[in-house]
Amino acid sequence: MHVSTDFPAAAKQALADPSLQAALARMRQGFVTARATAVARLPEFDRLRDEAKVIRDHVLAHLDAYLETFEANVHKAGGHVHWCRDADEARTTVLRILKGAGAKTFAKGKSMVGEEIELNTYLEANGIRPIETDLGEYIIQLRRETPSHIIAPATHVSKAQVADAFRAAHTMLAADRPLGTPDELLTEARAILREEFLAADAGMTGANFLIAETGTSVIVTNEGNGDLSQTVPKIHIVLAGIEKVVPTLDDVSVLLRVLARSATGQEISTYTTFSTGPKRADDMDGPEHYHVVLLDNGRSALLGGQFHDMLRCIRCGACLNHCPVYGAVGGHAYGSVYPGPMGSVLSPALAGIEAAKHLPHASSLCGACEAACPVRIPLPKMLRAWRDISFDRGLVSQRSKLGLVLWRFAARRPALYRLGASLAAKILHRPRTWLRWVPGLSDWLATRDLPPTQGATFMAQWKAQKR
Amino acid sequence: MAELPAPSQNPRVALLVTCLVDVMRPQIAFATIELLERAGCVVEVPEAQTCCGQPAYNSGDRAGAAAIAKQVIATFAGYDYVVAPSGSCTGMVRAHFPDLFADDPLWSAKAAELAARTYELTQFLVDVMGRRNIVTARAAVKTATALYHDSCSGLRELGIKAQPRTLLAAVPGLKTQDYSGSETCCGFGGTFCVKYPDVSDRIVEQRTADLAVAQSKVGGDMVLGGDLGCLMNLAGKLSREGSRLRVFHIAEVLTGRTEEPAIGEKS
Repeated sequence: MHVSTDFPAAAKQALADPSLQAALARMRQGFVTARATAVARLPEFDRLRDEAKVIRDHVLAHLDAYLETFEANVHKAGGHVHWCRDADEARTTVLRILKGAGAKTFAKGKSMVGEEIELNTYLEANGIRPIETDLGEYIIQLRRETPSHIIAPATHVSKAQVADAFRAAHTMLAADRPLGTPDELLTEARAILREEFLAADAGMTGANFLIAETGTSVIVTNEGNGDLSQTVPKIHIVLAGIEKVVPTLDDVSVLLRVLARSATGQEISTYTTFSTGPKRADDMDGPEHYHVVLLDNGRSALLGGQFHDMLRCIRCGACLNHCPVYGAVGGHAYGSVYPGPMGSVLSPALAGIEAAKHLPHASSLCGACEAACPVRIPLPKMLRAWRDISFDRGLVSQRSKLGLVLWRFAARRPALYRLGASLAAKILHRPRTWLRWVPGLSDWLATRDLPPTQGATFMAQWKAQKR
Repeated sequence: MAELPAPSQNPRVALLVTCLVDVMRPQIAFATIELLERAGCVVEVPEAQTCCGQPAYNSGDRAGAAAIAKQVIATFAGYDYVVAPSGSCTGMVRAHFPDLFADDPLWSAKAAELAARTYELTQFLVDVMGRRNIVTARAAVKTATALYHDSCSGLRELGIKAQPRTLLAAVPGLKTQDYSGSETCCGFGGTFCVKYPDVSDRIVEQRTADLAVAQSKVGGDMVLGGDLGCLMNLAGKLSREGSRLRVFHIAEVLTGRTEEPAIGEKS
């Protein structure tokens, strides 16, 4: 998985982008309020979160067994399972299936794993035309961007920018057509995509869950594009991470109840689609071939280690929606297809901490992510764990290291510490222009005032009083 | 977690001053001592205290944090309780010290023992000392509305939400209100505001905008909270923006210190 290494510069750029900032302001309010309202309507929500966590923990403790059961039941239903160690194996597997069927066009429902393995670029280079059918994914495909949010890929794009992208791509339509309202944009996208569904040689979906006992893949969508992607073309390819498996239909119903509420604040998503194998002899329609491509790509290496709990993630996006840092800079600044708190834990695990060294530090550790997580992943704890690893490997800047060493030296010597504290209290008692050049203070003073001290430290005043 | 000591009538309480209060605003420590004494505690200030080690802990320097934690554990040994006017430092001791020594049975037991008798101020007054009203007539304010900002560590690591509001409800003339950003990070985050000052600034800008909206809707004269770091950040931004909101630590309000300069005001 590719991760760009310069969060600090990308964050600066994002903060200075007015269109992005306007989009983020809308997003911050929308998702958080919707979730809070949905949660308030369901008194047992916290109990369901506990149940969801237990289900996910149980799966991870027996992952091998459930995956094999899943595979056996997919076979029983007439489908195929492909085990892929890494992104490369998954990409070549998909290409092999498509080439084998002589497919040229490929309708894709939304898949974050597809983004993780950068499938579109690879297929295009190999003569296949992938077409994203989720509206958000379609928009960013036209703009040649990566998603900025795991459930709302185009949340950073304004209506006007969508209209621009449509005008540039849909050149067969009248240049002066009105595209000012969401309705007009939607109608146009629907008309274009409908033709693509009918013409596609193969279809792909991700999977929100894979059910071991039935060999079923499950997707939740709000647009119905996933259903068309998987039922209209002759071939249905499911692309999913190995951690997506759950034991039973009952377990899925618990997870669905927390997923939609955490993600969009819906009680249940508009479409929840269960697919088991290809079309049967007496089925009216459905794909003739059903393939599940199971991707490891670093996931199994997390089992049993300090990032094990991250594998519970059901990709609802609540941690992004509640993160003040994500809300300030948006998803692209993270330089990974998985942004926000879950991404800052997952990206170093999948791409290596050297490439993603800034991400675990891109958090105030406020804990809003963990508080919102439907499966109670201790995200701040794992961000700290990456900081530990990063520190041990010498990946922190010289400046922070020096600051830390000096501070630590003093903190362990009370008398010296008292002296330093008294000096600081004296200096910071009045505004001093030269403070604007002190590293660590300069940036604060550029945008905020520094409240003056009261002249002497508490410890000094206390000592004087006692005397 | 170790057993709690039985609350005695006049427990011996050690004040964990916190490094920010020590340097930036000693008045909060004096207010804290006053409140603890009024609640019947015998307060002492262990002289060897420096810092709780959180900057090291959050920077990935576990060895450094553990060394400082051992020093804190030794410094605060033997008191009935340890109380800090900060959810952040209390959270470090209560929630994270035990984690630091997960592989060291001896120190892990000592850390758990300290964690069990360490409290944030409002939590201690309400939950341990059973005080709902700790104010004297001096705390009365001319009719004022306060907007309360929950600090993230207090709220999410320690579950502090009702306690400060309970105590503030007893201040004559004061109406305490939540605002839309009450539970959202102010962007301070300790070392975070040094590492990512521009992101931190954008976040605090969102909070001061939230405060301005609340101020125009329900009125608002003060911003209160229980953590000086967050309050310095909010006050620093408000003052740069020319806001008239006055920022205080809850201990200052409960002890009638609102006539003094607020955080960020010149003395």
